[in-house]
Amino acid sequence: MVRLRLRTIVIHLFAWGLAIGWLFPFVGLTMAAFRPLPEIVGGWWNFDPFTPSFTKFVSAFNSISFGFRNSFLIAVPATIIPMFVATLAGYGFARFSFPIRDYVFLTVVLLMTIPQQMVAIPIFRIMVSLNLENTLVSLVLLHSAWGLPWIVLFMRNFFSALPKDVEEAARVDGASDLKVFFKIVLPMALPALAAVAVLQFMWVWNDFFFSLLLCPANPSCMTATVALIHTIGKFEFDPGLLAAGSLLVMLVPVGLYVLLQKFYIRGMIGWTVKG
Amino acid sequence: MRRSRIEGVARLLGRLRDRTSQFVGKRGSPRARRAGLRLAFFSPALFLIVLFVGYPVIATIGVSFFDANGQFVGFANYGNVLGSPDTININGFPKPPPFGTLINNAIWIAIHLPLSMFLGMWLALVLREVRGAAWVKAAIFIGMVTPLIIGGIMMLYVFDGAIGIVPKFFASIGIRSLASGWLRPTTLLFGLIFGSVWLWTGFSLIVYSAGLTTIPKEYWEAAKIDGASTLRTFTNVTFPLLKPMTIVVVTMSILWELKIFDLVFGATSPNGGVGGAADVLALQMYRQAFVQFDFGTAAAVATFLSLLTLVATSITIRYMVKR
Repeated sequence: MVRLRLRTIVIHLFAWGLAIGWLFPFVGLTMAAFRPLPEIVGGWWNFDPFTPSFTKFVSAFNSISFGFRNSFLIAVPATIIPMFVATLAGYGFARFSFPIRDYVFLTVVLLMTIPQQMVAIPIFRIMVSLNLENTLVSLVLLHSAWGLPWIVLFMRNFFSALPKDVEEAARVDGASDLKVFFKIVLPMALPALAAVAVLQFMWVWNDFFFSLLLCPANPSCMTATVALIHTIGKFEFDPGLLAAGSLLVMLVPVGLYVLLQKFYIRGMIGWTVKG
Repeated sequence: MRRSRIEGVARLLGRLRDRTSQFVGKRGSPRARRAGLRLAFFSPALFLIVLFVGYPVIATIGVSFFDANGQFVGFANYGNVLGSPDTININGFPKPPPFGTLINNAIWIAIHLPLSMFLGMWLALVLREVRGAAWVKAAIFIGMVTPLIIGGIMMLYVFDGAIGIVPKFFASIGIRSLASGWLRPTTLLFGLIFGSVWLWTGFSLIVYSAGLTTIPKEYWEAAKIDGASTLRTFTNVTFPLLKPMTIVVVTMSILWELKIFDLVFGATSPNGGVGGAADVLALQMYRQAFVQFDFGTAAAVATFLSLLTLVATSITIRYMVKR
């Protein structure tokens, strides 16, 4: 009995200790952002003197605020467009059969595993030839297309697990495929779509490579992640300013995660583990 | 016997006719209209995927066969990439870094995969008995929602000699060799790999946790009653039960490790650190294409990297598509 209790105590201490230790890098970043540089050189864990201030957040926000605007203008449509388009296709793959369906589907799924670098050069050329380089539209299009394979897979798996009875009853009553889709299927898919929205928005917001590829230096389309490196990282290097900017950029995905944890985890699990 | 076979063939033919007629039914017939409508479900997605993913993939393969002057060179770019010290640099091993991008990616997998996988698995098992487990999971999972580029930037605040806590920690316990900043060639790669374990462990933790909720506790209780040792319980009960989750974790982790880019970019520069000590394939491609403008070599690196990801996925893809 005593041994059992000891084991429980040790496990709790370890788990909680690990969780706190896990947050240390964030604490370091926060300290660097809130305190003047001389206080953190030598170690942020020395609290003498301790003079926190928000000034670095203000100046970091002022130098990359355009990046936040651009990231929102890209991430919102680049979430809505692929969600809608992929839900249609995912439903099609789950319900309609045609001769080469499974091969088409498998190809789409395999595209999910390709690294972003594999499309970089032709994408750059396409965008130049469409006169879209250094525009928000180019990033919206690219992210929409890039998100499709995983959302198609996710929605297809979701629809495959959904019972067909209601849809079939509606068809017997003479409803068309489109009507069935919009009136019956889409409302049932809302929880899955919420999970997709959270994940896709976060991935677009967090993206760095595509943003760097299509808009490396132009303030009219530069995303928050690129602005962080380009504006704060490059010129007057100030670890405090970089830390404050990093925390501001992180705030969006971390905040989304905290608020919509249920959907985020569901998306993550549904996407990888079936069931 | 024979009759049932004939019936089977007839059924098969009938089904085939039903299927094809969905698409090639008479013009204007309800069936043909229905087939056309059904195409509308697929066409927007296929259009976007073909134009912005499928075509670029094929075009990149094409580019990889040409040199900088547009001359067809066959597989020469691949030969150059694999023969370059940028990619593989282990002559005279053991030697100090850089080891080359391919070797660095391999080291990344060799260290990061087992560490993040087993740590996440072990935590998922242990956290079943811990109060406030949701908070512990949330703390560990924050790394998964942090932009990787910021994950890279944070390495400065963890490993820097002046403001980082890791060198300070080793100084305080008297290990001199690890007490100065870790962002120098000999330790950079390992620092970043440990940093990436910190960012990615949340993934295996969440996948195993979700998987464990579907497995009845009776399995472990039975093992306990039989008096099985902890090790034996793990190898004979826990590990086999967790196999479906392990397949997912291993696949996704290898893909993540092969594609790693932002983390190294954020922590160092497009050069992959001092002398390329933490250089990786994805970064090598970026540099070849957009710093040196050698598209042929860059495309060869990208194609090679994609082949590696396809090999990693091909084994497990069938588990991920629900039947």
